[in-house]
Amino acid sequence: MSNLHGSVDASHGSVKSYLTGFVLSVILTVIPFALVMYPTLPKPVTAAVVAIFAVIQVVVHLIYFLHLNFSPHQRWNVTALVFSTVVIALLVGLSLWIMYSVHHNMLAH
Amino acid sequence: MFGKLTLEAIPTDEPIIMWTLAVVALIALAGIAAITYYRKWAYLWNEWFTSVDHKRIGVMYIVVGLVMLLRGFSDAIMMRTQQAMASDGSPGYLPPEHYDQIFTAHGVIMIFFMAMPLVVGLMNIVVPLQIGARDVAFPFLNALSFWLFVAGAMLVNVSLAVGEFARTGWVAYPPLSGLSYSPGVGVDYYIWSLQISGVGTLLTGVNFFVTILKMRTPGMTLFRMPVFTWTVLCTAVLILASFPILTATLFMLSLDRYLDMHFFTNELGGNPMMYVNLIWAWGHPEVYILILPAFGIFSEVASTFSRKRLFGYHSLVWATIVITILSFIVWVHHFFTMGSGANVNAFFGIMTMIIAVPTGVKIFTWLFTMYRGRVRFETPMLWTVGFIVTFSIGGMTGVLLAVPGADFLLHNSLFLIAHFHNVIIGGAVFGYMCGLTYWFPKAFGFKLHDRLGRAAFWCWIIGFYFAFMPSYFLSFMGMTRRLNHFNVPEWEPWLLAELLGVGIILCGVSCQILQFYFSIRQRHQNRDLTGDPWDGRTLEWSTASPPPFYNFAQQPVVEGIDAYWGMKERGQKTAVEADFQNIHMPRNTAMGLVISLFSLIMCFALVWHIWWLAIVGLVATIGGVIWRSADDDIDYYVPAEEVARIENQRIKMLAEA
Amino acid sequence: MSNLVQPNATAPESEHGHSDASSMTLFGFWIYLMTDCILFATLFATYAVLGQSVAGGPGAADIFELPYVLTETFILLFSSITYGFAMLALSAGQKQKVLAWLGLTFVLGLAFIGMEIHEFQKLIGEGYGPDRSAFLTGFFTLVGTHGLHVTAGLIWMAVVMFQVQRNGLTMVNATRMGCLSLFWHFLDVVWICVFTVVYLFGVM
Repeated sequence: MSNLHGSVDASHGSVKSYLTGFVLSVILTVIPFALVMYPTLPKPVTAAVVAIFAVIQVVVHLIYFLHLNFSPHQRWNVTALVFSTVVIALLVGLSLWIMYSVHHNMLAH
Repeated sequence: MFGKLTLEAIPTDEPIIMWTLAVVALIALAGIAAITYYRKWAYLWNEWFTSVDHKRIGVMYIVVGLVMLLRGFSDAIMMRTQQAMASDGSPGYLPPEHYDQIFTAHGVIMIFFMAMPLVVGLMNIVVPLQIGARDVAFPFLNALSFWLFVAGAMLVNVSLAVGEFARTGWVAYPPLSGLSYSPGVGVDYYIWSLQISGVGTLLTGVNFFVTILKMRTPGMTLFRMPVFTWTVLCTAVLILASFPILTATLFMLSLDRYLDMHFFTNELGGNPMMYVNLIWAWGHPEVYILILPAFGIFSEVASTFSRKRLFGYHSLVWATIVITILSFIVWVHHFFTMGSGANVNAFFGIMTMIIAVPTGVKIFTWLFTMYRGRVRFETPMLWTVGFIVTFSIGGMTGVLLAVPGADFLLHNSLFLIAHFHNVIIGGAVFGYMCGLTYWFPKAFGFKLHDRLGRAAFWCWIIGFYFAFMPSYFLSFMGMTRRLNHFNVPEWEPWLLAELLGVGIILCGVSCQILQFYFSIRQRHQNRDLTGDPWDGRTLEWSTASPPPFYNFAQQPVVEGIDAYWGMKERGQKTAVEADFQNIHMPRNTAMGLVISLFSLIMCFALVWHIWWLAIVGLVATIGGVIWRSADDDIDYYVPAEEVARIENQRIKMLAEA
Repeated sequence: MSNLVQPNATAPESEHGHSDASSMTLFGFWIYLMTDCILFATLFATYAVLGQSVAGGPGAADIFELPYVLTETFILLFSSITYGFAMLALSAGQKQKVLAWLGLTFVLGLAFIGMEIHEFQKLIGEGYGPDRSAFLTGFFTLVGTHGLHVTAGLIWMAVVMFQVQRNGLTMVNATRMGCLSLFWHFLDVVWICVFTVVYLFGVM
């Protein structure tokens, strides 16, 4: 049994970490839904809040559920994640720029 | 019951195909007869088809890749003869609907089923040995990757006999590849063969990434790894980051075709240009996947055959890393003319020019490695020098194409064809030929026939120049790509010169086939007894040729770059009596083959809309995976006595050598 | 001679060796998940490009029901917690608790899929299927691919439960649960992006 620790889940969570993550996620979910379902703020502000809360919630999931940290054990995991994020940002960002430019140059209405 | 499949799917009215099928069937029957006669089925099954040994898997990849090279090359011969014949207004012998399938198949086969397996095969044979490991991280996944690749190759080959292939070119742009304009099965064959082999490739990427990061022998820090291993690591990163894009994009195309969706259709809001964007976001990293390992091979060979430490190890490594990252921000150069406008084109054009810089750095480091070295012009070195000249030319034409203004004239002209064949043949193919010659003795225990190897090189390089240099001039004379017939007599002499070039390359390929034959016949004369036939510098040369199945009885401790050279300089023996331990090894299994066979059935059924069979195939594939997961008996220990016996045999052989 | 590793240091049959294999498997699976992220990113990019192409049909604001989506979101979030508790029970070596939490996770996951199928069926019934417009194509594919992943996770979960029941909390089962844990949480991360980009931005 002892070999189950340390390997499967080198920094496995605790009840506390899962519950903390849960509570944070609930808050970070309910507020964006509320802001969109009952529009009170100006649209750009709502959009920004929704986007930022999504990013924060992803980070919350990574830390409290996926137990990602900067320990030496997890270093390559974090590196891989950062690299993937960069690739995704480039892929999505540049694609949107390219397709928007094509759209504009095709004199689309 | 059989979906769209009927007997009419077999192209009995096409003599060229029917003759080809007859010849292939004959060769296959002869092969089966020979194996049966010599009673080798059990051997093949137990030692090769069910193997999870990276060395065996690597050899199998290369065998299949070389066979597919013959098919892809036949396509090239057919295209060139057609163009030489049809330049004066006559129709030639290949009608457009047939010709279009040939140029599509040529591209698909050469990239996915010739170049990729040669790369992956060499990666498999060499990398675990170079890092002092006993196998890759996930040996079963390795076997599965191979058989999934075979399934993809089979699907492409079956399309010749049953149905048709895509007529869209190897990247299959919609709307031509959509349902309205390609209602037949050709594009479906294309999609599924790429999807299934793509899964195999992705798993290979995972495997080698983890293997290189986690299984290096003690003392081998990242910056003490051989350069080939570095290039494989970066190639794995490229595979991991780019193949999901291909999978998703082909998935979306198949949704358009199967479920009438509108990703890339002309009507109801689809955007075909998004396909072009996505496919090249994958496509550009793909060509770097093909070339980086070749760069790695040339680094090893240049150093070994100059008897000199590689010049600029660190710059080579950093150049490779920079190329890896930059390859994600250049892809628009494949479609400057699509209409993204000046800003987008300028950004990507500049990035494309920048990516030439680290490659240029590499060329100089190889030249500086050779400079003042004691160069031995063995066959691998011939390929290397041939590469440096040819690839440089090809690279420079690439920089020309990187200028959007120039590309507006040159896009899809023969200039483009000449450029990419220049870098793919001069760079990637020459690299694989070099690697095959270099590492063949390690894999099989004897060297390849030397004179035929040299003859093959000279035929390839002379043939290449004849076959492709005229294309640069033809492009300035207005000739575009993929032309079936035309009436421009001025082009004829150049096209004939190119046909001559193809003939010379054919001589080269024939030399290589003969080379295999005679090498095997003369294997006892060319035996590699020491395991180090070239006076190598890296760890793979410290093992026997071929290595024992466990690679290393004891993992070596590494003290610097060129680990084996260091051992030689210190007078260290590689095979010593020692207190051997039991070695943990994975068991052979048929499940890689079985799972892939079920996915092949599923994909064939999907092509022909045989829905019940597709579901059966899917369930069986998943069932196979679950079956494998329930298998407890997947590894074993090699007893220390057995290890000792094998090692003592090697010590004896070394003493006699 | 001294540069060859002392035999003990590479003895692979120790527990040290087994947990190395386990952590290597988990790392390999994490890398695979990164590739899955890129796959989803491609679908997201396509959805973003096609999102306004409604071809005279309904747009996002016309067909999305946010309270329904909020319910789905909570179900998936709960299932992440229940899986987390299954992992804690695994560390504590409590087989029955593991099976109970996994079972609960399975039910929640099934409920999520059920709700999603219901949403899809309703839209198709109204004539707003994926063949109606590029926007709907993108929507069904992005959300549907996530749903397919969840379904695959459920099949995997059933197999794991069966194997835990049969063989107990072995090293192999623990590693597989670890991989499934990564997969399940990753699916919740993707869902955050889905409900934000598709539903919330769509309705805004």
